[in-house]
Amino acid sequence: MDVVYLSRWQFGLTTIYHWLFVPLTLGLGLLVAFMQTRYYQTRDETWKKMTKFWGKLYLINFAIGVVTGIVQEFQFGMNWSEYSRFVGDIFGAPLAIEALLAFFLESTFLGVWLFGEGKVSEKVHLASIWLVALGSILSSLFILVANSFMQAPPPGSFVYNQELGRMELTNFLLLIGNLKGWLFFWHTIADGILTAAVLILSISAYHLIRKQHIDVFKRSFEIATYVTIASSIMVFLGGHAMGQEMRQLQPMKLASIEAIWETEQPASFSLLTIGDLTGKREVWSIKIPYAMSFLACNNFSCEVQGVYDIQKEYEAKYGPDDYIPLMVVTYWTFRIMMGFGLILMGLGIFLYWRMQNKNWMNEKWMTWMPYALIMTYLANATGWIMTEMGRQPWIVTGYMKVKDAISPNLTVVDLWISLIGYTAVYTGLAVAMFTLMKKYATGSPEQAMHEPIDVIPSISGKK
Amino acid sequence: MSHETLQILWFVLIAVLWIGFHFLEGFDFGVGMLVPFLGKKDEERRAIINTIGPTWDGNEVWLLTAGGATFAAFPHWYATMFSGFYLALFLLLVGLIIRGISFEYRSKQPDQAWRSRFDWMIAIGSFLAALLLGTAFANLLNGVPINEKMIYTGNLFTLLNPYGLLGGLTTTAVFLLHGANFLVLKLEAGELKDRTVNASKKIWIVASILYIALGVYTYINNFWNKEIIDPGIIPITAVAALLLTGTFINRKHEGWAFLSTGLNIILTQVAFYMMMFPNVMISSTDPAYNLTIYNASSTQYTLGVMSIIALIFVPLVLMYQAWTYWMFAKRVKVDKKTLIY
Repeated sequence: MDVVYLSRWQFGLTTIYHWLFVPLTLGLGLLVAFMQTRYYQTRDETWKKMTKFWGKLYLINFAIGVVTGIVQEFQFGMNWSEYSRFVGDIFGAPLAIEALLAFFLESTFLGVWLFGEGKVSEKVHLASIWLVALGSILSSLFILVANSFMQAPPPGSFVYNQELGRMELTNFLLLIGNLKGWLFFWHTIADGILTAAVLILSISAYHLIRKQHIDVFKRSFEIATYVTIASSIMVFLGGHAMGQEMRQLQPMKLASIEAIWETEQPASFSLLTIGDLTGKREVWSIKIPYAMSFLACNNFSCEVQGVYDIQKEYEAKYGPDDYIPLMVVTYWTFRIMMGFGLILMGLGIFLYWRMQNKNWMNEKWMTWMPYALIMTYLANATGWIMTEMGRQPWIVTGYMKVKDAISPNLTVVDLWISLIGYTAVYTGLAVAMFTLMKKYATGSPEQAMHEPIDVIPSISGKK
Repeated sequence: MSHETLQILWFVLIAVLWIGFHFLEGFDFGVGMLVPFLGKKDEERRAIINTIGPTWDGNEVWLLTAGGATFAAFPHWYATMFSGFYLALFLLLVGLIIRGISFEYRSKQPDQAWRSRFDWMIAIGSFLAALLLGTAFANLLNGVPINEKMIYTGNLFTLLNPYGLLGGLTTTAVFLLHGANFLVLKLEAGELKDRTVNASKKIWIVASILYIALGVYTYINNFWNKEIIDPGIIPITAVAALLLTGTFINRKHEGWAFLSTGLNIILTQVAFYMMMFPNVMISSTDPAYNLTIYNASSTQYTLGVMSIIALIFVPLVLMYQAWTYWMFAKRVKVDKKTLIY
């Protein structure tokens, strides 16, 4: 286990952990802001209860997203100093802008929203939750623009400076306007909204099957159904566009996701492929003819390159190395992500159909609804694992490999200390967050209406 | 603007961000460290936390923006410092994480053990952050081993030298005093406030002794060094501000006491950047290996673009952040009906 290997694990673990909380922050912020707006317009108490109930869960989730986000900004320099030197001229800009435009906005106005009720006018209070939501969304835009630069540096936005051995920015607008970044952004925001909608469905179903707080949770469930349908379609369209873009810019990633070994024209879509243990050779597969060509370029006859051909091409271009990502991971994470995404889209349509029946709340499938939440979280995590693993061995596609990006001064001991430390701290955070989430999610909206309760001295064996 | 002007401008801007961070999070860290010591009852602890409740997160963003700006404007500074101070920064991050989460979570359970655990996490997290920041800054001024490839060649213990540790302890003590003065300013009259005033008097003595010791040490360290910019009367003014704080506390000039510790923090930072300029990382191995604003910076183009963005958004951020302080200027009462966190 060398420093590069451990650093990759650390980056992966801390980033996926952070990403468990971010989509919900993105989506739920918008939905809570919507609920509060409806209360402001109608003065209907149910809207107020909804705002408070979902707002409480939003805050518990937000806090953990914020603290794990600090690590993200530091670890480029901490673990990947050579990367930071190599692309700082370009990559640093969106990060700095993210802090200046987005972090200040969301943190400052979250304070106003949380503490300002009764102190600021109702309008300002309402505006503050919208500004928090806007801050989170802006933050995702800039970090995704930065990430898309690593995936496929947009031509024209930079030059490679031979003398200083680094990449330099030459056109800021091309960097920010990178189509790939905006597709990521669309897909991510839609996914955040979908995550929030499914969370609302799951928790509302929990209360509805217990026949409690019907006013709040029936309305929540209905809204979340519409939002699930709309956002899952948005996620799908974004993902589809990303696939087509990937064929142009990252053919190796596309081929590894689809387990396409040999170049095919027309290409078939693999329903199930079993590779050998190295993941470099196919053992057995079932395929749908023509489907891959359609997914990759919207017609039934285009060519999709296979990994062997691309490997040869890259070896000629960049020198000998293994350019094929760990296919067993990219292949399966993609299928988990897309599978659950499609199931959730179907779920939305199913719910809409069942709701035409007046008695829908008492139907048997409702008891399964609370588990729907698991699918969103699995899809969220696998989506990023696929995106980042599919980029290997590159950290900046075509320009720098991950193994050259590491901080040269780090030792294996440093890495074990931080890796174990983060794991311990993050586990503690998860326990605390889960305890609170469970308490407020299964509790009544009235509980969320009131601010913290009095302290009760601990009694051993009983809380 | 020429490349050199932009490099100086960004050095100043990053300095401003760090100064703002030290001033603002300085009292947040101080207040955080005091939570379990000054708060005897649950409501008191909550009142202490609520004095910084609406604004601590916004204050912390000054650090993130300083980090982001360093990355964008001086990639080599960011790369060398962050990788070089790896374990110190890791501990700093742990401190910031456990403290940040605790503000939000501590009062959401009625359980005493739960709350007390989070109170200690706030205190320990704030302490770790203050101590490590001070140690890091002292080491930056003192120089750390850096080779010709701009790579740090020491380890965590290299940073834990006497000067670094004195810097860490002094920063911690000054932040404690700054926090206590902030609390006095933000609390309504009562038992808790009296207790805080008494504590601030004791902290003032410790902070003053440490600060003067650090000043003398710094003076001796740099006496022969003709290359640095002489900070002139700034250090002595900083000492005077700190010493005056004691008088202000005794005479119950709450606002002045807070401003004078704030002034001490700002002037200390200003002197620091004057003595550093134009270096951003000083190599103790060989001065030829120093990272300067010239050899560590981004291109003229990037600095130019970033300048335009900063010019538009920094004033905007300052305006709305100042507005929130004005909005929450009311003193906090030890009364559970009015507390949020």
